[in-house]
Amino acid sequence: MDLTVLFFLTSGLFLGWSLGANDAANVFGTAVGTRMVKFTTAAIVCSIFVILGAVISGAGTTHTLGELGSINALAGAFMVALSAAGTVYMMTKWGLPVSTSQAVVGAIIGWNLFSDSVTDTSVLIKIFATWVACPLLAGLLAVSIFKLVEQFLGWGKFHLLRLDAYTRLALICAGAFGAYSLGANNIANVMGVFVPVSSFTDFEVADFFTLTSIQQLFLLGAIAIAVGVFTYSKKVMLTVGQDLLPLSPVAAWVVVISHSIVLFLFASEGLEYLLANNGLPTIPLVPVSSSQAVIGAVVGIGLMRGGREIRWQVLANIGGGWITTPVISAVVCFIALFFLQNVFNQQVYREVRYELSAPVLKKLSEHKIPIKALQELRGKSFNSGVQFLDALHAKRVLTDDEDRAALYYAQTGKFVVESEKIYLLDESWFTAAQMEAIRNLSARTFGYRWTLAEALANKTSEWRLKDNSKVNKLYNKDINRKLDYVYRTFSVNE
Amino acid sequence: MALHLFTRTRALENQIDEFLDKISEAGLVFNRAVKLYLKKGQGKEFDALLEQCAGIEHRGDELRRAIETDLYAQTLIPDLRGDVLSLLEAMDYLINIYEANLYRFSIEAPEIPASFRRGFKELTETVVTCVEAVVLAARAFFRDIEAVRDHNSKVMFLETEADKISTKLKRAVFASDLELAHKTQLRYFAERVDELANEAEDIADALAIYAIKRKI
Repeated sequence: MDLTVLFFLTSGLFLGWSLGANDAANVFGTAVGTRMVKFTTAAIVCSIFVILGAVISGAGTTHTLGELGSINALAGAFMVALSAAGTVYMMTKWGLPVSTSQAVVGAIIGWNLFSDSVTDTSVLIKIFATWVACPLLAGLLAVSIFKLVEQFLGWGKFHLLRLDAYTRLALICAGAFGAYSLGANNIANVMGVFVPVSSFTDFEVADFFTLTSIQQLFLLGAIAIAVGVFTYSKKVMLTVGQDLLPLSPVAAWVVVISHSIVLFLFASEGLEYLLANNGLPTIPLVPVSSSQAVIGAVVGIGLMRGGREIRWQVLANIGGGWITTPVISAVVCFIALFFLQNVFNQQVYREVRYELSAPVLKKLSEHKIPIKALQELRGKSFNSGVQFLDALHAKRVLTDDEDRAALYYAQTGKFVVESEKIYLLDESWFTAAQMEAIRNLSARTFGYRWTLAEALANKTSEWRLKDNSKVNKLYNKDINRKLDYVYRTFSVNE
Repeated sequence: MALHLFTRTRALENQIDEFLDKISEAGLVFNRAVKLYLKKGQGKEFDALLEQCAGIEHRGDELRRAIETDLYAQTLIPDLRGDVLSLLEAMDYLINIYEANLYRFSIEAPEIPASFRRGFKELTETVVTCVEAVVLAARAFFRDIEAVRDHNSKVMFLETEADKISTKLKRAVFASDLELAHKTQLRYFAERVDELANEAEDIADALAIYAIKRKI
């Protein structure tokens, strides 16, 4: 691993540290705030499970680079991670629970603005929706669970000390589960972008256990998260568990469990697939964030008790933090990219070209996009997504979906299926037929992503996307992830 | 770790139960001792009961200290620890009053004329029942929070009854032909016995607040 890569890796580690410092509060904040679990115990349990989650489950999704995956230059990814980490650090310093992934998305928007790339409006809608829908759902759920627990405890008549022991254990279990998910879901954001440049080698521990290079990289990221938990998370934990509303230990558990259920029910594509596959009505997927869910649950319980105990000033600060996080992150990233590019002469993005060639227009018409007005642009090349869309919109107003289709089909590139690169692919992730299809395309070159995708689909049905339905959603997502991985592997810089 | 947590919790639950048992026991012994004193005056039997009560008080102190240390050492019930400690100390004070009163009988050996013995007996029975009601309220605080209110209302009722009996007794004492010093001594004993009911009422008041806090 050369020194530049090592240097760039530091921003990932900083982001990991920030994630630990801030997001650990979502799973252990109420437990520590109510003094049911000592901070040291919480930090140890949290660190262990974050590391396990990152190394065991996180590594399973290493082929996705997390949200930073859209950034096409390492220096750019470095700055996006650094800006997001800096923003989260600042918020953590003020004791405000914020969403690390929103900070990352904010920084990506800064990168998009700087590199003239198109920001998908659905991302912005997702952020706004998370601010409103997620706390609302968590609050409602917390109130319902609170009522049920109240009934149950009235019926169960547990001894005060027994209840204390059960609650303590439940808080630790819920926290450990939350920490595991935190590690598994967020490690891709912290380290994913460095996977292709990692030069760790697999090593075997006592013949029965192998730590892959990716797992080693993720272990490093997870250790950074753990260090963040130990060194800096206490303040945010106390804001969540103590400052906003004084909570009883059982209420603290209700908060943690409501937050986990909201994340599971409203963000789980696996559950949606399971329900759809069995002909059951599905639960609408809503963008959720663990910080927003925890605060929503605490406020829900506070409102149920009449709202007098809620410290509204603290809540206003938290809400303000949510809104400013992506904005600050975007602005900081934009300015920092400018310096990185112009002062330090680093390539922070690679130009992405768009061209409306005849095959692209044909593809667009297949998608029922009227191409008559677009014919004038035929053969023209554009140096950025924004320029390309501006030119399209000057001719004809397109819907968001049509914009997305146009950007996908018109983006040019060079993809060479070199046999040496085929060996680099993680075969275990693909089916035999999928690997065979890739091998059959050996030595071929493609000018667009979609031509490569179509060539693969022509070789085997296992590369084909299915109809756009809830049952097929997970399948299609998996295929698209694999295709992204294939594009990245065979992409050649011109 | 979880197993250890539950074993320790179970042990502590047992200690709290035993501590509350000791208060009930002390009440039974006190009741018997006062009745015996009223019937036969001081004697070996009375001394044996006094010794028994002192033993209970000693064990009660041991249990209270052990419970308090465990609650702190294991940082259990962080939100209610202060309340539980205050409760245990107040309950322990009840055993102290039982013991101190028996010592007073033993040291001062007040002469209780036959006309007042019924009043003293009635007062003793009422205060012991009142303390027993507060013991039940304390047990309910640990196990069945909704029942605290029911037991508390009994405590309040019995405390008022004890006040009435005590006032009636004191009036009768001062209306009698006894020496002033004798009257004052009997009033003193009536007040000391009645103190148990007053203390029980204070504990019940505190328990009502603790119970609200204990609700999740």
